[in-house]
Amino acid sequence: MKKAHWEKNLVELIRRTSTDLPADVEQAIRKGLRREKKGTNAHDFLSMMLENAAMARRDSVPLCQDTGTLTFRFTVPTGFDTNGLASITRNAVSKATRLGYLRQNTIDSVSGEPYVTNVAHAAPVMEFLQGARKTVDARLIMKGGGCENVGRQYSLPDVALGADRDLEGVRRCVLDAVWQAQGRGCSPGVIAVCIGGDRAKGYAYAKEQFLRKLGERSDVKVLARLEDRLMRDIRHMEIGPMGLGGKTTALAVKIGSLSRLPASFFVSVSYMCWAFRRRGVLLGPEGGVHRWLY
Amino acid sequence: MIKHIEYPFTEEKIRGLRVGDKVSLSGRVCTGRDRLHHFLVKGGKCPVSLRDGAMYHCGPVVMREGDQWVVRAAGPTTSIREEPYMARLIETLGLRVIVGKGGMGEATRMACRDHGCVYLQAVGGAAALLASCIERVDGVHFLAEFGSTEAMWEFHLRDLVAVVTMDARGHSLHRTVERRTRKTLKDLLSE
Ligand code: SF4
Repeated sequence: MKKAHWEKNLVELIRRTSTDLPADVEQAIRKGLRREKKGTNAHDFLSMMLENAAMARRDSVPLCQDTGTLTFRFTVPTGFDTNGLASITRNAVSKATRLGYLRQNTIDSVSGEPYVTNVAHAAPVMEFLQGARKTVDARLIMKGGGCENVGRQYSLPDVALGADRDLEGVRRCVLDAVWQAQGRGCSPGVIAVCIGGDRAKGYAYAKEQFLRKLGERSDVKVLARLEDRLMRDIRHMEIGPMGLGGKTTALAVKIGSLSRLPASFFVSVSYMCWAFRRRGVLLGPEGGVHRWLY
Repeated sequence: MIKHIEYPFTEEKIRGLRVGDKVSLSGRVCTGRDRLHHFLVKGGKCPVSLRDGAMYHCGPVVMREGDQWVVRAAGPTTSIREEPYMARLIETLGLRVIVGKGGMGEATRMACRDHGCVYLQAVGGAAALLASCIERVDGVHFLAEFGSTEAMWEFHLRDLVAVVTMDARGHSLHRTVERRTRKTLKDLLSE
């Protein structure tokens, strides 16, 4: 493993993720902009978001100062040295922090002291899967605290919401979560949902939905229909960009499902702000770039 | 139409602003987050006068380049975390403007009304754009104690655009939107 090579390209992955808003997200914001009336706060705020995206890309500076929790997901060939890759990734994170692509954003929860390099136990988050290809598929999502704080998990049935253990119940949970969030998750957001699983995997699998492109509908028919229905419902709510009113509240709804125990039925909702930072890259055996994803 | 306001902010000018107004903000603002608010409420001494001034809820990314500070990213952070402290600070420090995101609660709304202060919503996440409105960094306090994100940065702004979402007449756009959308939510749930 050529360490320097790997590190350089992982730093580049972080740089792109932090500074370069993916095309599908930008398009979705543009689409929202066309729907809003000129001169409204909604129109102004969406324009400023796009202006910000262009500026961050041009100057190679973070889209948002909250550079968030970094979650890497690596799919590696059989027999690949994942411990080595983990340690290189940690180095790349601390280097990207020194270069200003990441804010000093990691704090010891007991002492309150900052980890100045953003490296701590389980920070960054790394997940390793084994794949059939010879390349390493590296994906990174950066998710800030504002939108993370408005995520919600429901245990059905929920009497207050009138939510039973069915898809209508799921719909109610999602609408409630979006309403509770108002503009606090920096709307317009992407709403990822997991039906089922336990509490831990429920949130994790909801977040996996963020890896899907925004235009990609669920390949499970009933879930695809629910995604569409929720998009329409949410548009009616008119929470708008940053919660100031307007038609653009969500950019997409993504739903996945996991099996569950007979006794539990969780609906986990994760909210991603408009500054949706997601990038990926295919790296060869020596750490060279094959192709950038998204 | 956009209304220009510049530090020091007079009570008259601030009381003339209404919810929904778009403003462009210039002059000095100081950043403050959880640690600073907590420190000030516990009786800590404020190193700069905030009378007729502005507090920006923001934890910027600032780099040292040579002998200068360069702000790379400086969008607003969630303000509601400061709700337990804000009303006290508006009163005791004489703040006229708060810039942040997500709005604040009842105590702050009342303090804005009673003491002549407004809350401005900036575009959350627009860190690069908002950083470009910072003309210069005039100083930093508590850098060693609180770390760079929580430190109190003195920024000199030029035309930072934001919307008045809580005015000095007791109105809150956050509250209005929340109430209106609650009705729609109820309708959607009774379908
Ligand atoms: S929610 Fe997203 S855009 Fe808003 S401040 Fe946090 S990371 Fe930035």
